[in-house]
Amino acid sequence: MRLLAALSGGVDSAVAAALAVEAGHDVTGVHLALSTSPATLRSGSRGCCSKEDARDASRVADVLGIPYYVWDFAEQFRADVVDDFVAEYAAGRTPNPCLRCNERIKFTAVLDRALALGFDAVVTGHHARLEHGVLSRSADAGKDQSYVLAVLTPQQLAGTVLPLGHLTKARVRELAAERGLGVADKPDSHDVCFIADGDTAGFLRSHLGSQPGPVVDALTGAVVGAHDGAYGYTVGQRRGLALSVPAADGRPRYVLSVEPVSRTVTVGPGEALDVHEVRCTRPLLHAPLPASCAVQLRAHGAVHDCVVRQDGDGWRLSLATPARGVAPGQAAVLYDGDRVLASATSA
Amino acid sequence: MLREAVETVTAAVTAALTAAGNASSLHTAGRRARRVVEESREQLAAALGARPSEVVFCGSGTESDNLAVKGIWWARRAADPRRTRILASAVEHHAVLDAVEWLATHEGATVEWLPVDRDGRLHPDVLREAVERDPSDVALVTVMWANNEVGTVQPVRRLAEIAHEHGIPFHSDAVQAVGQLPVDVATSGVDALTLTGHKFGGPLGVGALVLGRDIACVPLLHGGGQERDVRSGTLDTPAVAGLAVAATLAVERQPELHARLSGLRDDLVRRVLTAVPDAVLNGPAGGVDRLPGNAHFSFPGCEGDSLLLLLDARGVEVSTGSACSSGVARPSHVLLAMGAAEDDARSSLRFSLGHTSTTAEVDALLEVLPGVVERARSVPARR
Ligand SMILES: Cc1ncc(COP(=O)(O)O)c(C=O)c1O
Repeated sequence: MRLLAALSGGVDSAVAAALAVEAGHDVTGVHLALSTSPATLRSGSRGCCSKEDARDASRVADVLGIPYYVWDFAEQFRADVVDDFVAEYAAGRTPNPCLRCNERIKFTAVLDRALALGFDAVVTGHHARLEHGVLSRSADAGKDQSYVLAVLTPQQLAGTVLPLGHLTKARVRELAAERGLGVADKPDSHDVCFIADGDTAGFLRSHLGSQPGPVVDALTGAVVGAHDGAYGYTVGQRRGLALSVPAADGRPRYVLSVEPVSRTVTVGPGEALDVHEVRCTRPLLHAPLPASCAVQLRAHGAVHDCVVRQDGDGWRLSLATPARGVAPGQAAVLYDGDRVLASATSA
Repeated sequence: MLREAVETVTAAVTAALTAAGNASSLHTAGRRARRVVEESREQLAAALGARPSEVVFCGSGTESDNLAVKGIWWARRAADPRRTRILASAVEHHAVLDAVEWLATHEGATVEWLPVDRDGRLHPDVLREAVERDPSDVALVTVMWANNEVGTVQPVRRLAEIAHEHGIPFHSDAVQAVGQLPVDVATSGVDALTLTGHKFGGPLGVGALVLGRDIACVPLLHGGGQERDVRSGTLDTPAVAGLAVAATLAVERQPELHARLSGLRDDLVRRVLTAVPDAVLNGPAGGVDRLPGNAHFSFPGCEGDSLLLLLDARGVEVSTGSACSSGVARPSHVLLAMGAAEDDARSSLRFSLGHTSTTAEVDALLEVLPGVVERARSVPARR
C-alpha cells in the first residue's frame, strides 16, 4: 500500500512508520505544522507544535529512508481545534482537543488530502487496535487511545492503519531503540499541545478575558466565593475553588455545574455529582448494540455497565454504577469488552 | 557542476588541507596556510573584477549579508546619528530581510521596503524618489543582484549610481548571480557585494563580502581581526581555496552556461505553458532580465506542496518558495510583493536548471506534469 505516516516527532508515530516500512509498504512521512507561530527551541515542556518536534520528525524520516514533508495545517487547527476549545469552555462544556484534532484534522483534512494525492491510507502512532475495520483497546491498557478515536466514521477508519495496537508503550520504546531512532527515550507529550506551559486556566483567561461571577453552594444557595471566569471550572473539579465560606458540614466541595450565561459556578458535596443517567447527542454506531454494554465517559476514566435507549436523535444511558462528575461536552464511548461499539457526546 | 570542475575544486581543497596550518600563525605551516588564503583572495578578486584587498572571507552568504547590512548601518549612524533609514527592495532574501528587520526592532533603524513591479523589478525612479525625499538620513541601500525565487535581475548599476549621487553606500546580494551572469564589481559600482561558495560549485559553509576599501563597516565578530579587522576568526583554508577555484571556473564558463541554460529554460517554459494552458510564468519573460536556469510558475487550483510531493515521487525535484525556508511553506513574500494573490503565491513552483540539466530531463518533466497538475487540482484546499 502507499501509506502516509503522520510523524509528530514523538516515539509512537516513529515506530508506527518504521513498522509500516518493514511490512513492505511504500511510506511517505509528513509532519503537521499546527501552530501559527512555531515556538523556538524549547527545553523543558514539549508540545506537538514545536520546531524541535519538526526536526525530530525529519530525523526519523532520514533514518527510515522515506520522503518527508511538512504540511501546514495551522489555520485549520486554529479554527477547528483551538477556537473550538475556547468556545466550548466559554459555553460551560469541557472539550477534548485531542479527540477534536483526530476528528477534524488528522482523519479528515489530512486523510482527505492523502487520498486525493494517491495514498491508500494514513498511518498513525495511536495506541489502539484496528483490525478489519474493528476498533478496540490497545494491548497497553494504561496508554489506550481508542476513546479518542471512537469518533471516527467507518470510512475514516477504512483509511487508517494503526500498527501499534498490540504493543505496550515500553515495547514501542524498545523497538525505537533497536532501530536507532533518537526519539526512543523522548518524554511523552503533555495533554494539550497548544498550551505549552500546561496552564489551561491562564490560556482561557488570555482568550476570554476576566468574567467575574459568584460561586454558589447548592445546599444553602449562599454565595460562598467569587471567580474570575466560569470557564476555568470543570464539573467534578475539587481543587482551586478558593471558597471564602467553609462548608457547613466541613466536607470538601466539588463543582456541580457551570452556567456560563449567569456566570454561576455551583458547588456541593461529592455525592451530588453522582449520575445514574447520561443523555448523549451525536451518536455514531460502529456495531449493533447488545442489550447491555459498557460506557467510558472521559479519557482514561472508569467504565460503567449501562443500558442504551433511544432518546430523540440521541441516546439515554442508564448506568449500573453511578459515575461521578460527568462534564458536558466529553465523549461517551460504548464498549463490548475491548471492542468499541459506538461514540456520542454527553449533553 | 561538471565532473572536471568538481575534480579541480576537490584538488584545491585537498591541497589546502594538506598544507593545513593556522593562517595567522607565524611558523612555516602558518605561512603556508596564509599563502593559500592570499592566493585565493587574489584569484577571487580577479574573477569578479575586484581588488584583492576588497575581499573579506567569511562563513556563508548569510554572514556576508549580515555583515554588510548591519556593519555599514552601524558605521554610517556612528558618523552621523541622523542616518538611520535603510532602503531595501521588497524581494530580498531572508539573510538581508531579517538583518534589516533586526536593525529596525533593536537599533531604531527606519526601513523602507521599495516596491517592485509585476516582474519583481525595482525601478530606478522608485529608488530615486525614496532617496531624494531626504538623502541626509539614508544609511544604506541594499538591492539583490538577482532574485533567488523568480530569477529577476535588478538594474544594479543604475541603482548604485543613484545612491552614489548622494554619497550613500550600496550593497548587493549577488549570491545567485555569480557564475550565472556577468558580475564585475568595479564596473557595477556596488560598494559591497555578497557571494557564497555553494551556489557556483564551491564548498558549503564559506562565503565572502567584497567590500570597498573606503566603506566603513563595523564588525559582527570581534577577535583576532584576521580579515581586515572587519571579520575575526580563523578561516577554513581549504574551503576558501575551493571557493576561489570554483569562482574562477564558474566565471570562465558563465557565457557558455548562460547560452545553454537559457535555451533549455526557454524550451521548458514554452512546453509547460503549452501542456498546462492556464499555468502562469512568474517573473520576466526571459532574455537578460532573468537568471538563465530559473523558471517559476503558478498553477491555479493547485497547492505548491501537493505538486512538489507528486513530482518528487516521480523523480522530479522542484521547490516551492525559497529553499532556505525549511519546513512550513508560506506564501512567498517575493510573489506577494510582485502583486500575486495569496492563493497564486501558494500555487507556485520553481524549476531550477544547472550544469547537468538536459533536454531529456525536461522531456521527463513534461511527461508527468499534466497528470500531476490534474491530480493536485483534486486535492481539497486548505484554509
Ligand atoms: C539570494 C541569497 N542570499 C543569501 C543566501 C544565503 O547564503 P548561505 O546559504 O551561504 O548562507 C541565499 C541562499 O543560500 C540566497 O539565495
